[in-house]
Amino acid sequence: MKMTGAELIIRLLERQGITTVTGIPGGANLPVYRALADSHIEHVLARHEQGAGFISQGMARTTGKPAVCFATSGPGAANVITAIADAKLDSVPVIVITGQVATGMMGTDAFQEVDTYGLTIPITKHNFLVKSADELLSVIPEAFTIAQSGRPGPVVIDVPRDVQTGQVEFEQYPRPGQRNDIVYMGIEDIEKIATKINTSKKPLLYVGGGIGNSDTYGELFAMARKNNIPVTTTLMGLGAYPSYDPLFVGMLGMHGARYTNYILDEIDLLIALGVRFDDRATGKVMEFAPNASIIHIDIDQAEIDKIRETDLNMVGDLRHSMKKLVPLIEDNQRESWVDYVTDMKAKHPYPEPETDSVFHPVNLLKTISSMADYQTIITTDVGQHQMWTAQYYPFNYPRTMLTSGGFGTMGFGLPAAIGAAIANPEKRIICISGDGSFLMNIQELATLKDLELNVTVIIMNNQALGLVRQQQEMFYDKKYVASRFISNPDFAGIAEKFGIQGINLAEEENPMYAIARSLSEPGPFVIDVPIGQSENVYPMVPPGAANREMVG
Amino acid sequence: MNTIVIELLVNNHPGVMSHITGLIMRRACNIEGILCGTVGDGNTSRIYLLMENDWRIPKIVKQLNNLYDVIEVIPREDCDAAVFDRIPEMMETGAGV
Repeated sequence: MKMTGAELIIRLLERQGITTVTGIPGGANLPVYRALADSHIEHVLARHEQGAGFISQGMARTTGKPAVCFATSGPGAANVITAIADAKLDSVPVIVITGQVATGMMGTDAFQEVDTYGLTIPITKHNFLVKSADELLSVIPEAFTIAQSGRPGPVVIDVPRDVQTGQVEFEQYPRPGQRNDIVYMGIEDIEKIATKINTSKKPLLYVGGGIGNSDTYGELFAMARKNNIPVTTTLMGLGAYPSYDPLFVGMLGMHGARYTNYILDEIDLLIALGVRFDDRATGKVMEFAPNASIIHIDIDQAEIDKIRETDLNMVGDLRHSMKKLVPLIEDNQRESWVDYVTDMKAKHPYPEPETDSVFHPVNLLKTISSMADYQTIITTDVGQHQMWTAQYYPFNYPRTMLTSGGFGTMGFGLPAAIGAAIANPEKRIICISGDGSFLMNIQELATLKDLELNVTVIIMNNQALGLVRQQQEMFYDKKYVASRFISNPDFAGIAEKFGIQGINLAEEENPMYAIARSLSEPGPFVIDVPIGQSENVYPMVPPGAANREMVG
Repeated sequence: MNTIVIELLVNNHPGVMSHITGLIMRRACNIEGILCGTVGDGNTSRIYLLMENDWRIPKIVKQLNNLYDVIEVIPREDCDAAVFDRIPEMMETGAGV
């Protein structure tokens, strides 16, 4: 067979089962776009490369499969960097194929040239600079293998223009890249871990994104119920354990419930599954679960003993280790421990609003959740609305909460919702955003309009960078520098001008009906919800403090 | 200074050294010495990093192990840093010999 590098890229993506890519064309990747014209792969044109990156994340986060995005050289590559770094911190398998100036021009400050390879070293799982068209035969499948094997993560493939136009001749196509399974090591370890759990008095499961990535929520549920072990999740773990179950003790850490953080002080065993002891979860590390032995099971060997020394640990895929572990866990009622946990939940719950108004963020979230079904996918941006969602929205199903957990990127919500809707056309996607975050990728309303997807955007509008304003109130002498907006656009009006239905909830005669309509009518919808500027997210652990020292 | 030599076997192509030094730099660690040379047919290289031996080293070793182009990482506490004077023979034999 004989073809150009650009054609080969497209053929290899087809063979990987890719049906939709997203991106923006430009001078250095136009050969790839020419080849795309002869393919059944659909292309979603984003309006900013960061948007394209988050659209591919929305696809990857909801399916668990690698998603692909294109960007041109220079500014195209630079724009997508935030979305790549975000994918790295939350372990999302995205493959970003960037155009690059021709190899002969590289290093000469050519037009739209930037060192994409160098820039993306610290923010990718791995990256490639392709130096000849025949290298694509190995690089493309390998990128798919890397992105989804072990701990998932982003891969960048930088392809100079002359490599795209260069001819390549080969006998047969390479095998598509597949996930390489990482098998856990050591049956003795699993027996020791089981014994430690079975003999503990006050255990707690601390679970994160690794449960969703390994599809082991069934095993987790079985283990928790069999041995009556309460479960706390990280932000990334929300949905890994059903919130309605009495053993669920909510999200831990900086904005966790009082009861969650108090229970952590009481436990004698912490069973950490697919988590990385992030500082937002642990608070002051030395005082995190101070009386507990630590068991840590994770797919990434570099996470073991990184933040907290373990008593027992195992490196491996939860797919395998949970299957081996669960049968070794004994039936145990743990009556006094479960009673203690139930009592703590009743004594120290999340604060409830003093009003019934749907314009209170907590009531708004309860209204939305009462109208949504359990498989509805929620995306959030970053800030107060994100933490309220994590606290009050009842997540019961894996991969239903898409949020920028590790990197905390404002502007994540809308493009991630578009990606989620592309990959899940039968579902309603709700993007819960803030007025600060929403403006950061508002141009993607145009992409949303192109596709007429079932995405409802709900903007909690407090005319401020709310979580910044809150921190200034609590820790910076109430000096509100640069956190309150002098002016804000009419978001409903903006949506209308993009051709999308938009309403301001304050102007609706029947707000509940308006919300219901936005969640049930086909196509996109934007609701601007004015909320009080002085509302704070409580409790809050001051930065650097122990979790028990929460305020509010 | 209590030093350690980290011996790496890596794929030999442009960018590998950037991945390795970048990872160490992000941990705010300084590299006191670097030796690097190709091994055998030139598909792989051996790299020796002379570093201060502190609490970060075990964590760095684990992270180096995660790099795609790193084939092997061996921290050598028993290694005499004077081997940095013997570049040519080390490239052939490895520091452990």
